Amino acid sequence: MGTVISNERLADNVYHLRVGGEYGGEMGQFYMLRAWGAYPVLSRPLSIHQVSDEGIDFLYHVVGEGTELFSQLTPGDSINLEGPFGSGFPAVTGRVALIGGGIGIAPLLYCARELPGSDVYLGFSREPYRTEEFRSHAARLTVDVGGLILDNVDFAEYDHVFVCGPHPMLKAAQLKGIAAATAGSNVNVYLSLENRMACGIGACLVCSVSCKDGQRKACADGPVFLAEEVVFHD
Amino acid sequence: MIKNGDSSSLNTQLDLSANIAGITFKNPIVMASGTFGFGKEYAKYYDINELGGISGKGLTLQPKAGNQGTRVYETASGMLNSVGLENPGIPAFLEKECAYWETLDTARIVNLGGNTFEDYVTGAELIQQDADRRSDSGRKAVDMIELNISCPNVKEGGIAFGIRTCDARELVRAVRRATSLPLSVKLSPNAEDVADMALMCQEEGADAVSLINTISGMKIDVRRRRSVFNNLYAGLSGPAIKPIALRMVHQVAKRVEIPIIGMGGISSATDIIEFIMAGATVVQVGTYNFMNLRAGEDLLRDLRQFMIEENIYSLDEIRGIV
Ligand SMILES: Cc1cc2nc3c(=O)[nH]c(=O)nc-3n(C[C@H](O)[C@H](O)[C@H](O)COP(=O)(O)OP(=O)(O)OC[C@H]3O[C@@H](n4cnc5c(N)ncnc54)[C@H](O)[C@@H]3O)c2cc1C
Ligand SMILES: Cc1cc2nc3c(=O)[nH]c(=O)nc-3n(C[C@H](O)[C@H](O)[C@H](O)COP(=O)(O)O)c2cc1C
Ligand code: FES
Repeated sequence: MGTVISNERLADNVYHLRVGGEYGGEMGQFYMLRAWGAYPVLSRPLSIHQVSDEGIDFLYHVVGEGTELFSQLTPGDSINLEGPFGSGFPAVTGRVALIGGGIGIAPLLYCARELPGSDVYLGFSREPYRTEEFRSHAARLTVDVGGLILDNVDFAEYDHVFVCGPHPMLKAAQLKGIAAATAGSNVNVYLSLENRMACGIGACLVCSVSCKDGQRKACADGPVFLAEEVVFHD
Repeated sequence: MIKNGDSSSLNTQLDLSANIAGITFKNPIVMASGTFGFGKEYAKYYDINELGGISGKGLTLQPKAGNQGTRVYETASGMLNSVGLENPGIPAFLEKECAYWETLDTARIVNLGGNTFEDYVTGAELIQQDADRRSDSGRKAVDMIELNISCPNVKEGGIAFGIRTCDARELVRAVRRATSLPLSVKLSPNAEDVADMALMCQEEGADAVSLINTISGMKIDVRRRRSVFNNLYAGLSGPAIKPIALRMVHQVAKRVEIPIIGMGGISSATDIIEFIMAGATVVQVGTYNFMNLRAGEDLLRDLRQFMIEENIYSLDEIRGIV
C-alpha cells in the first residue's frame, strides 16, 4: 500500500501521479496499480516515470475506467502498487535516441536521466507536457506536435534507439530499424510494448508476444523487446 | 463466539485438510489452472507450500502458441480470456518444470488438455511413465491429473468433448485406463447437463470432478464492428460467474459420490465457505490471483479467521450442509 502524495493534471486527460515510499525499479519496468477493491477486476500496468527520494512517479493518460479512477485520487489516498515488474531498457553505451509518442514518453524520462547525452524526440498529437524535465537531461530535444515524430529521426545516426508509443508507431519504428540495418547501420532498436495484462508476472499468458523464436511474455520477458525479434500480426 | 485468549489455541486446532483419492490437501485452497503458471512466479511473493495445492497451466502433447490477437478483455466483475492453451507441451514440462515441482510440498496437479482423442491419451501415458520413473527414486512431482475437457478457447478439442456426455465418456474411459494417478475431470459449464457429465465421470472411474471452467462469452468492438477476439468467443471468469459455479457445484454434489473440486469467481474466504457448504471438498482460485498477488496467503488467513469466528473446527462440519 502506498500513499498518494500528489496527482496533478498536466494536459487534457494526462496526469502526473506521485506515490510516497521507497520503490525501486529499472528504466522501462512497470508497476501494477490498483486504487479500488474488487472492481475493476484487473490492476493497471503503468511504467515507472521516475523514482526519487520522495517516492515513485507515474504519468498516465485517462482512457477508461481504471485510469479515470486514478485521476480522482487526492493526496493522502491509498493505492496498491505491485512491482517493479518486467525487464526494461538495457543500460547501453554509445549514441542513444529516445523516442516517445504521447503517453509513451512516460518510461523515457528515467532513460534520459540514466543515459545522459541522449537525443530525445517527443511527439504529441495536441498539447505537449513534461518537455522541460526532458530538456534538463537531454543532449538535444526535439518536440513535435501534430506530426509523426519518427519522421524527425535518422536511425542511422544512433547505436541504440528506444521507442515507446502507440502500436502503429512501434511498427513504423521496426520498419525504420530494418531499413537502417539494410543500409548498413548497426542500430539496435528497442520497443516497449503495451499488451493487455492480467497477472503482470508471467503466469497467465494473456500478454503473449509473437517473437521470431516463439511466444514470449510482455510482462516478464518484456515489455521491452528488440524490434527485430517482434512479429507484428496486424 | 470465542472468548478472549482462545483464538490462538483454536487456530492450532483447526483442521483445514481434505483428502481426495489418497492425496492430502493441507487446506482447501488450490490455485486454478492457467492463472498460476507452474507456481514459480507466485513463489516469489509468498510461500506457495502453504497452499492446499496448485493446478498447472493446461498442457497438451505438442507445444501450443495459443491464439493471436487480443487475449484478455475485462467485463463487469470478470474477465474474458482467449489464451488458447499456450503451453510448452508435455515433454518439455516433464523435462523442465518437474524438477521444480519435485521440490514443492503441496498437492501438484497436472491439467491435461488436448486437440484429439489420441493427444489426450498419449499425454496421460507420458505423465504416467514419468511418475513411474520417479516413484522408483522416490521423487514425486505430480499428485493428480486434471483432465480438461472444457477449454472454450481451442477449436479442435477441449470443448468439443465437454458438451455432450456421450462424447466425453470414451475419452474419460481411455484416459482412466492410461493412468493410475488420481484423476479429476474438469467439467464445462457449457455442458448440456453438468450433473449428468459428472455422474458419467464417476461411472468411468474418475476420482473427482473439477468445476467449473470458464463460461463461453463474447465482447464486440462496436467501432470496428467485430468481436474483439479473433476466435469470436472467449472464456468468462471471475466474480461474475460465482453464482453459476456455486449452483453447478451444488447440483453435482447432490448427484455424485466422488469429491468435487469447486471453482469460479472465488475472491474471499466466505466465497470458499460457500463452495464447501455447496458440497466442494476443495476449491480452486483463479482470477482472484490477478486481483491480489498474495491471494493464497490472504485467503488462508481469512479462512482461518472465519472458522475461529464461527467456531468451525473442521471443514467437514459444514461440507455439503446446504
Ligand atoms: C507495461 C505497460 C506499461 C504502461 N505504461 C503506461 C504509462 O506509463 N502511462 C499510461 O498512461 N499508460 C500506460 N500503459 C497503458 C495502460 O495500462 C492502459 O492505458 C490502462 O490500463 C487503461 O486502463 P483503463 O481502465 O483506463 O482503460 P479500459 O479500457 O477501461 O481498460 C480495460 C482493460 O484494458 C486494459 N488496457 C486498456 N488499454 C490498454 C493499453 N493501451 N495497454 C495495456 N492495457 C490496456 C486495461 O489494463 C484493462 O485491463 C501501459 C501498459 C503496459 C502494458
Ligand atoms: C487466463 C486464464 C487461463 C486459463 N487456462 C486454463 C487452462 O489452461 N486449463 C483449464 O482447465 N482451465 C483454465 N482456466 C480456467 C480456470 O482454471 C478456472 O476454471 C476459471 O477461470 C474459473 O475460476 P475463476 O473464476 O476463479 O478464475 C483459465 C482461466 C483463465 C482466467
Ligand atoms: S500478464 Fe500474465 S503472463 Fe503477462
